[in-house]
Formats: sequence, structure tokens, C-alpha cells
Amino acid sequence: MSACGLILAGVDGDRTWRLQDYLGRGGYSALKKIIAEKIPAETIIAELKASSLRGRGGAGFPTGLKWSFMPRSFPGAKYLACNSDEGEPGTFKDRDILRYNPHSVIEGMTIAAYAMGCERGYNYIHGEIFEIYERFEEALAEAREAGLLGQKILGSDFSFELFAHHGYGAYICGEETALLESIEGKKGQPRFKPPFPASYGLYGKPTTINNTETFASVPFIVNMGGENFLNLGKPNNGGTKLFSISGHVNRPGNYEIGMGTPFAELLEMAGGMRGGRKLKAVIPGGSSSPVLPAAAMMDCTMDYDSIAKAGSMLGSGAVIVMDETTCMVKALERLSYFYFEESCGQCTPCREGTGWLYRVVHRIENGLGRRDDLDLLNSVTGNIMGRTICALGDAASMPVQSFIKHFGSEFEYHIENKKCLVPPEVQYLGSQIYVSP
Amino acid sequence: MLSQESLQQIDREIAKYPPDQKQSAVMSALRIAQLEMGWLAKETIEFVAGYLDMPAIAAYEVASFYNMYDLQPVGRHKITVCTNLPCALSGGVHAADYVKQKLGIDFNETTPDGKFTLKEGECMGACGDAPVLLVNNHHMCSWMTTEKIDQLLADLEDK
Repeated sequence: MSACGLILAGVDGDRTWRLQDYLGRGGYSALKKIIAEKIPAETIIAELKASSLRGRGGAGFPTGLKWSFMPRSFPGAKYLACNSDEGEPGTFKDRDILRYNPHSVIEGMTIAAYAMGCERGYNYIHGEIFEIYERFEEALAEAREAGLLGQKILGSDFSFELFAHHGYGAYICGEETALLESIEGKKGQPRFKPPFPASYGLYGKPTTINNTETFASVPFIVNMGGENFLNLGKPNNGGTKLFSISGHVNRPGNYEIGMGTPFAELLEMAGGMRGGRKLKAVIPGGSSSPVLPAAAMMDCTMDYDSIAKAGSMLGSGAVIVMDETTCMVKALERLSYFYFEESCGQCTPCREGTGWLYRVVHRIENGLGRRDDLDLLNSVTGNIMGRTICALGDAASMPVQSFIKHFGSEFEYHIENKKCLVPPEVQYLGSQIYVSP
Repeated sequence: MLSQESLQQIDREIAKYPPDQKQSAVMSALRIAQLEMGWLAKETIEFVAGYLDMPAIAAYEVASFYNMYDLQPVGRHKITVCTNLPCALSGGVHAADYVKQKLGIDFNETTPDGKFTLKEGECMGACGDAPVLLVNNHHMCSWMTTEKIDQLLADLEDK
């Protein structure tokens, strides 16, 4: 991990996740300070605004602003939810936060509950990481036992009950309103917005939902002050961030670095390109974010603004690296299959459109492409985007549009020649996506 | 229909939610029921729904929406291999091919002796550990080289 890491600083794999380890790293000092000094909620939210912390789940919405939307004086139940339903291909940071430093999330959520007047919260954990759900349950028990969670926290008047809820295999539940439906014991189908969760959330009550990494950053912001956190990154892109690097690098994994670090440095931290091969393309923010060609990516720094300027999104910070042996049609085919498989089926443009996208890319990859297929793909994406309740439709469309935009000639070659531009044996040994018949 | 132990586990899940929101425990309850019964027959889903005072169809909707619930019998060990793009770039498809070849079955098939079922999975949120596979939904195996797959299958064979 890099020297300026916060959330993962001082953690040593599976050995240091327990309460005593976290206390040893200064854990729960932010919560203790808030309670001992009776720091007003407004002060905490003002620090968050000053920190320029933006939602780490993908949308990058300013966290302090989101918290200020909660009607603190609303009588009755208010809820807090943590989105640990990490299933965006390429993203695996929340899993590491939860297994190596679960108490940072518990402390962050407890501070959030204090600031927004929530009495109850749920951490929604991706079903596929069930072992980590069980660990989080253990961490919750430790915190309750130590009086850091539950009724009258640290002897004060402040109470907050926090529980773990697991998913069981549905990408869509990472969408915040689908997640709420899922906690209510229903199919995870997104709700129409507005009303937003801050006014009509879990069980119809005001609810704030943040990503795991967002919550984990909160104790550090309270301790170091918003401005110091901001200065670890760059203006409008405060703090450090975990980047999950996967694909053709020598050392895939999570790297926590200051926002604004050049992509080239991140690539070097990950051990550089596998086999010393040449970089071809990068999906910089999870599978939904538009792909960027190597040259554009090498000019980027890792922050919301730089990646947006290059025409993509920082998203969840999931960096999927592809080298020159990758067939871009094959790569897109797999992603398109994923969105087709995971569409919840609620909105027609997405339910039907994702099937169209997959089938057309599939036929191009398999030598059955037609001359006007690229126009067809662009037309289908145009009919999906902006016409669905949630962002999954856009998420399925952006890869298709960007792959065609930047690597259109490779698709055309496929259609003309009925085979890959990259020879199969090169793919088999290099990119590894290709399956020998 | 379910054991006392399973029911106690379900009761602990119910306690996590407000008293008038028992339905919130349905995902856990179905998981617990599946663990005991091996898969979710319609009668099992109905029983869970009854236990949570919710309509059977609502529980069935949940069971059929989330893909880790098995609505058909599966082998004693269900192996799910992630072949999504980030995993595929680091050998996920090769790993799946190797398991297919070793077990002599394709995705969504069960070995004739009923020991293994193979599934293709979507993103498990562990792309840095590719190739990744899940055993019986809950146990994640990372960096599955052919040697490690051999070892895993040999271990499971005896269980």
C-alpha cells in the first residue's frame, strides 16, 4: 500500500481486523471525541463538506451534501444503510475494507448516525462474500460488547443499532433503491426517483445510503479535519481512495493512493504490464465506465475530474487493464452478457435492449456480423439510455458505445473477415479470454 | 419442516428488523433453509413464507430473483466459477474449462454420482484474486491454478 494510505494503513492482512487491533491504530477515537466533546451534527457535516469527500461507490456525489439532505428533526424512525453490495466487475475494494478493517466502517456509520439522527442501520453485504459477512457480524458483536454500538453509546444519550444484511446474487442491488427493496425482503427492483431515499427510503422512512469506503473514510476526516483530508487529494477530489486493479498487470490488487495520482504511477505500483506487453486499453472505473485507449489513459490522473475530462468516469475506482493481446470484441461480448444476465427486467428498454446488445456483439465475435451492425448497436444504446428507472441501462450502453468509438476498426475487421484481428493463439497465451475450441 | 437449529437461526435474523418487518428476514431465512435442505423446493419456500407471515408468492419471487438460491436439486458440492471480464483476463475461463474437463460436465450440469454441480458465476467482487470460484455459495477460493483446483476437487470428493 502507498505511504499516504488511511483506511488500509497499518493493517496486516487477516491478522489485524479485530477491535483491539483497530483501537491500537487509534480506532474509535473520532467517535469518542464527538461524544465527549458533544460536537454538534452541523460541525461534523461542515467538516465533511470541507473534506470534499465524494461517494466512493461510483457516483461521486459529495458526501457532506448528501448528509445535509437528511431531515434531522423529522420525528420517527430514520435509517442508515451501507452499500457493500460490491458486484461491479473490476471492483473489489469494499471486500478488503470489510475483511481487514471492518471497525472503520462501523465507526464511520456510527458517526453518520449521530450526525443525521438515525437510530438504526444496515450494512448490505454482497452475498458472494459470505465469509466476510460473517466476519462483519463478529465485528459488530465486538463493538456492542465494548459499548461502542447499541443503546447509550459510551454512556451518552446517543443510541444506534447496526446490523448486517446479506445479498444473494443480484448485481442490481448495488443500486441504492434496489438495495432498500432487498432489505425489505423483496426482489431488488429499483424505485422511481424522486422521491429520493432522504425523504422516502427504507420502510418509507428517511434514509441515507453511502458506500463502504465512504463510511470508512469518515473517522479519518473527523480526526484530521476536513481540510487535511482534502489536501491528501486535490481540489474537488479530496482524500485518498482505494483503486482495485485487475487484468493484465503483474500485481492485481487494491492500492490506496491520494486522489490525483498519475495513472502511470498506479500502474507501476501494480507491477507494470504482465509479460512486459504493451497497454492497449483501460476501463478506469468499473465495467460500466467507458473504455479509454492507452494513450488517453496514460495522460490521466486518478481523480473524478481528470478521468471525466478524458471521456470516462472514475466510478468505483476499479481499473481493468487490457494489453495488446486482447480482442476488444470478445471483451465487450463478455461485459454485454453480464448486463443482459443482470438486468432486473423491470424496464422494457433495458430488459430487451441488453439482450439485443449481447446477441449482436456475440454474432460479430462469432463471424456472423452484418455490415450495419455497428449502427444497430449505437441505435439500441440510444434507445436504452435515459429511458430506464435506474442507471443499469446506461451502464450496459456506455461500454458498447465506447468500445465502438475507440476500437471500431477492430469490430469492422471482425465483420469483414469473420475473425479476430488478434490471432487466437496470441489471445490464448496473452489475454487469456480466448477459449480454444 | 426445518430443524430447531435452523428455526433459531431464522429467529435471530428476524430480530435484526423492526417487529412489523419480519419479511426483511426472508433472504436469510431462504439461505438457512437451503443450507439444511440442499435446495429450495416449493414446499420449503412456502414454509419459510408462512414462518415469516408473508405470502408464498412473495417469498418465491425472492427465491427466483437472486441467483444463489437453487430452485432445482444440485450436487453435494456446487462450484461456481467467475468468468466475467476481469477474471477472464487472469485465467477465469481457463479455470472453468479445466474444472469442466476434470468433472466431465458443462455449466449447469451435475456429475452422474451427484457429487458436483458446476455453475458459471457473475462478478463476485474479488477480481484481484482471479481465477476465483465459490464452493456451495459461501466458501470463496482464490487464485485457482490447475494445481489448486486438483487439490480442491480431491478434498471435496471425500466430503
